[in-house]
Amino acid sequence: MEVIYMLIGFSLLVALIFLGLFFWAVRSGQFDDQYTPSMRVLFDQKSSDKKTNNQKNRDE
Amino acid sequence: MVRSALAIFKRGSFIKLMPQTVETISSEICYHCGEDCAEETIHYDDKAFCCNGCRSAYQLLDESGLCSYYDLDANPGINLKNTKHRARFDYLEDDEVIERIAEFRDKNKLSLSLYIPNIHCTSCVWLLENLQKLDSGVLQSSVNFLKRELSLLIDTDSTSLRDVVEQLVTIGYEPEIRLDKLDSKSESSHQNRSLWLKMGVAGFAFGNIMLFSFPDYLDTTGSGLGGNFHIFFGALNIILAIPVLVYSSSDYLRSAFAAIKQGGVNLDVPISIGIVALFSRSVYEILTMTGTGYMDSFTGLIFFLLIGKLVQQKTFHRLSFDRDYRSYLPIAVNVLDTQGREYSLSLDKLEPGQTLRLRNQELVPCDSTLQSEQAFFDYSFITGESEPISVTQGEKVFAGGRLIGRSAQLLTEEKVTNSYLTKLWNHEAFQNNDKELKLTTFADKISPYFTMAVLGIAFASGFYWLQTSGMDSALSVFTAVLIIACPCALALSTPFTLGSALNVLSLNGLFVKNHLLIENLSKASAVVFDKTGTLTNSEASNIEFIGMTLTEDERNLVGTAAGNSIHPLSRKIADITSLTKELKPDTFHEVPGKGIFATIAGQSICMGSRHFISEQTSLGQDQIPEPDFIGSTVHLTIDNEYLGYFGIKAGLRSGISDLLNRLKETLRLFLISGDNEGQRQEFETYFSTKGSLLFNKKPEEKLDFITRLQTEGESVIMVGDGLNDAGALKKSDFGIALADDVSSFAPACDAILEGDSLNKLQSFIQFSQNSMKIIIASFVLSLLYNTVGLSFAITGHLSPLVAAVLMPLSSISVMVFTFFTTRYFAHKGGLAIWK
Repeated sequence: MEVIYMLIGFSLLVALIFLGLFFWAVRSGQFDDQYTPSMRVLFDQKSSDKKTNNQKNRDE
Repeated sequence: MVRSALAIFKRGSFIKLMPQTVETISSEICYHCGEDCAEETIHYDDKAFCCNGCRSAYQLLDESGLCSYYDLDANPGINLKNTKHRARFDYLEDDEVIERIAEFRDKNKLSLSLYIPNIHCTSCVWLLENLQKLDSGVLQSSVNFLKRELSLLIDTDSTSLRDVVEQLVTIGYEPEIRLDKLDSKSESSHQNRSLWLKMGVAGFAFGNIMLFSFPDYLDTTGSGLGGNFHIFFGALNIILAIPVLVYSSSDYLRSAFAAIKQGGVNLDVPISIGIVALFSRSVYEILTMTGTGYMDSFTGLIFFLLIGKLVQQKTFHRLSFDRDYRSYLPIAVNVLDTQGREYSLSLDKLEPGQTLRLRNQELVPCDSTLQSEQAFFDYSFITGESEPISVTQGEKVFAGGRLIGRSAQLLTEEKVTNSYLTKLWNHEAFQNNDKELKLTTFADKISPYFTMAVLGIAFASGFYWLQTSGMDSALSVFTAVLIIACPCALALSTPFTLGSALNVLSLNGLFVKNHLLIENLSKASAVVFDKTGTLTNSEASNIEFIGMTLTEDERNLVGTAAGNSIHPLSRKIADITSLTKELKPDTFHEVPGKGIFATIAGQSICMGSRHFISEQTSLGQDQIPEPDFIGSTVHLTIDNEYLGYFGIKAGLRSGISDLLNRLKETLRLFLISGDNEGQRQEFETYFSTKGSLLFNKKPEEKLDFITRLQTEGESVIMVGDGLNDAGALKKSDFGIALADDVSSFAPACDAILEGDSLNKLQSFIQFSQNSMKIIIASFVLSLLYNTVGLSFAITGHLSPLVAAVLMPLSSISVMVFTFFTTRYFAHKGGLAIWK
């Protein structure tokens, strides 16, 4: 049963890491704006050198 | 059977489709902004545009490879038709101005945030965040959608702030840079962060302690686990609970301490008593190994309380409730130097005796005299007068007026801070900001009694147990009572009910600044309305032609003549005479403020005042009848023949007459306006009591009127829209600023109401009254829990398990109860409860 001491120690450590991450997230401002990031999800990451549909259509 | 049904379905869908196809052929929709290309259609790149502005914006984006802008939302652009007049940004080259509006600046980097009211969709966010493709000097750009704010980091070596801002204007995102931007370093937008952190700590401790306490819940005999787990878990619980006490609950302890120091009792006092009792009793039990303690209840309590606090702090970022004249005035004006050259100067450096040049739609920044021959100023926002005023050379012009029409030169008389407009802000109503501090919740009012009752019960039951079974049981019962009576659910009922009410109201167009203000709304006994822009709406004006019936040709003549003038009345006339033929006037002559005289297709048209017409035509004044009409009139003659006049009445907003009729049954109604008595008759039916219709009132008189009503014991709602109502809005118990566009400028107020929602005012008041009842009901509910808990505590049966179940249960059931009842009452009152 003594292994539980170690297990609990580890679980607490993991939980503390997550608490630390939460602190970092709040401090770096991720909780300041809770709306705009939901819009950014919709953006496609197009590489800039690729021509847009418009330009392609015109070239053809 | 099935087939015939199909056939009917097909026919039905065919008929439905028909008009659509016809429509797309007849008129095109601008690819950029999505408006109908009514006046002209510009074809470029196989796409239709409604104006050159939209086309060039498209061209610019296309060249920079930014056309995904059009894929995210259909026709997302901002209509650029009405931006012939461009604001000038010379002042953004002034080093001192940059220094004062920037958040951070060094040798070649500049960071600042700009307020851009035009941000409205996903495409806007995308485009603005890809700004570096348009201007490589932009190093970083990010948008906060709710605040309509763009944060920029600029490399000043390769571009300038002015270039970036002008680039923004070309693509339709003109930033609003107002006087209050000077020296306003970005306020602490981080105040919420510490609350999140506190909640994080409490939640972390709550979860872990719950886990460690679980074995004890299951283990009723205390023998099952064996080993030193008891001690181990107990020690861990104490270690985890200490940061919760010291950090997470510090706000409550501090507030309770401050209240006691001042000799008062607020709701934080019984909460703090509960917190301290919970913590010390648990520590005592764990150290003496007499029990397992209540650490899970303790951390859970704090966690729930903090959730309540977060709900309470909900704000509408997009809206600003504390605006004064500084956010109305622009940051700079164009000044002429001695050689007549124009340069821009920031307003706070403006001195008396300088010459300004204003253009159409620009604001007068300070009291001045007119140097040009004549000009028109729209004071509707400042004084409430509905029609523009004509000013001649040498006459005084007051700050805040908006120039209409041709550009004009002004000579400044006062500094900006000494102007008529700004003096209002020196009134005492603006000096003390204690309206919100005075707000007390029902919970705060009853907390002294509540605390007394809890302490009374605790001592009485403690004393009883002392008599019967000694000190140990007495102490344990005493602390048990304090623990279980901790008014957690009680403390949550107000923020949750009002937070919920705040959400419902905002869904219906009323944005309240602070949830506690809803109580003021519910107590209203009198409503004071402003007239211009509040009850009436210039866009809803009624125009009718009284006289002979006009033929189609005559209508075309009138429409063409009026369309050439910039006077607001002519614009309205031009709007209603729907042109069927394009005409070009041969001559056109306008005497500002009097009328217009034009010859079109060989016919002479004269429109204007009686005096003007008798001057311009062969008609004598006696041949033009004096109209029996309330409102503005414009007479019309064609080829020296009198045809009649246009009567223009500022129209009521829709649903207003209904609203006033319903409101007057329960509340005292008043109308106070800066305008003349022109519409007295029209309003007499609604404001029938003597002395309830007041005209020609100055801003200070409006404020005094509210004060007088308040001394009579009335709780006053003021509904207004302009700066002239600012004092009254501030002074009233609940000041509502009406705005057709909620993100545009509204004077300082308690709530901002969308123009179209004014007719729901009565439902809002009723709903707020219901919300107050819900608070009382949830108080009763949480008191019930307390009584159940107390019966456990007094009899000495409060086990940690009972406490751990009862505490979250009461909090959660109060949350659920308030959520559903507020929505039920909102629905019953005819308000929308979801988008």
